[in-house]
Amino acid sequence: MEFNVDKIRKDFPILSQKVHGHPLAYFDNGATTQKPLQVTETIRRYYEEENASIHRGIHYLSEKSTETYENSRETVRKFLNARSTNEIIFTSGTTGSINTIAFSFGEKYVSSGDEVIVSEMEHHANIVPWQMMCERKGAKLRVIPFNEKGELIMEEYGKLLSDKTKIVAINHVSNTLGTINPVKEIISLAHARNIPVLVDGAQAVQHGKIDVQDLDADFYAFSGHKVYAPNGIGILYGKEELLYDLPPYQGGGDMVDCVSFEKTTYNELPFKFEAGTMNYIGAAGLASALDYISGVGLDNIRDYEHSLLEYATTKLMAIDGLEIYGRSPEKISIISFLLDNIHPYDAGMVLDKLGIAVRTGTHCNQPVMDHFKITGTLRASLVFYNTKDEIDRLYDGILRVIKMFG
Amino acid sequence: MAIETKQEDIISEFEVFDDWLDKYNYLIELSNELPILDPKFKTTDYVISGCQSKVWLKADLEEGKINFTADSDAIITKGIVSLLVRVLSGYQPKDILDADLFFIERIGLRENLSPTRSNGLLAMVKKMKLYALAYQTKLENEQA
Repeated sequence: MEFNVDKIRKDFPILSQKVHGHPLAYFDNGATTQKPLQVTETIRRYYEEENASIHRGIHYLSEKSTETYENSRETVRKFLNARSTNEIIFTSGTTGSINTIAFSFGEKYVSSGDEVIVSEMEHHANIVPWQMMCERKGAKLRVIPFNEKGELIMEEYGKLLSDKTKIVAINHVSNTLGTINPVKEIISLAHARNIPVLVDGAQAVQHGKIDVQDLDADFYAFSGHKVYAPNGIGILYGKEELLYDLPPYQGGGDMVDCVSFEKTTYNELPFKFEAGTMNYIGAAGLASALDYISGVGLDNIRDYEHSLLEYATTKLMAIDGLEIYGRSPEKISIISFLLDNIHPYDAGMVLDKLGIAVRTGTHCNQPVMDHFKITGTLRASLVFYNTKDEIDRLYDGILRVIKMFG
Repeated sequence: MAIETKQEDIISEFEVFDDWLDKYNYLIELSNELPILDPKFKTTDYVISGCQSKVWLKADLEEGKINFTADSDAIITKGIVSLLVRVLSGYQPKDILDADLFFIERIGLRENLSPTRSNGLLAMVKKMKLYALAYQTKLENEQA
């Protein structure tokens, strides 16, 4: 299918507005993406035609709603190429997914003296849940460092793996540096020692095809809202045999089989991990978003975004005093940068008034900032509805900032 | 001059700008006029850390009035810091405690004092009031 950005932009009405008198150039996609009409229409139709609580309702709407929910699970399964829908757990987002595994896996398999490996470039959401678990269990967090280009130092990873390692938790793509990590290799090295790996895919699923079987990931987490779906829905993929052995994370309705005060038995997969009334409307929105990007074509998205990345990198690098953090050749379309002596907050405030939305600060990535001894960066994260014209405006905006503060 | 009058003055100063960038340019200018905080006070004791920018604030009581000196690592934040210092510095603790800061909203910078912005400014206003309360208590104890 031919990729036509003008046509794509018509699906995202929010992009056509003016901000402070300028056309909006939205470059904060790493934080959240905008939603296409197809997704908002799905949600609207759900509320108007189908809304009822899922599972166990005997009436028409409840059955219909349940069917939609389970169809959404199948859409996600297909999208990730998982073996079975038993491996697809709906959660509130990547954070919810990681907390689920950090808790359940920790309860079952981690004890005093054990180790958990993360990397220096993890989002706080893939550090703190493990830290909390380690504190509870008396285990230790080990950290894979990265080099000046923002690439994981694989030799160091190899040295960290040991008999004490119980699990490895690694991001597929760094939300600040944009680096695409060699997760397949990371997984195969861990598997050689029978260590499972959780992959934080929050910044990966929206940029290209993911195949959990090909990666051989044990757990894979992502968020709906970063992949053009609504907020408050996310996915935890887990290999069935692993999920089967893990204790549930939260207790409540739907995750149970039989409840009595003496003994409660738990429901089967995937429901064992879905306590309470799930966000079934979010699930439908997520399925609709995944259908949408599959329709655009994940290869088209990857190629177009790569061309945007190359265009923006070349253009921005030409600016005197601009430094880009994260220069791996294996990179998605995220550009973190600083302007010589100019505070990112000042730069971001001015860009905002020019209609350009970037993110400033630490991006929930304080260890990365510490690595470079900086307090924050500006981050432009580009996706397939962005244009070269918008990048030109970012370039002009940066020149304006330099004129004001430089 | 009353705190209110100072605020009205600032509001008229900002009325001439109809462009945001001119407003920011003025804040940049103001940031240069801020009495410089001696670098030896730029320590963790005086810092108000936001996720976005940092503010340092020091308060001294002289002849019953509080003098604030402050700084920030971001220039626009520093410009707003200078306005806050200008409005609240040189008054008795009681006046500072009673002051209603309406100028920030009127000059269109309210977003900068929102709790979610995390640039240190909202915390700075709170801290200025806390200093005022502390000095007020100290003065009352001395009189007692």
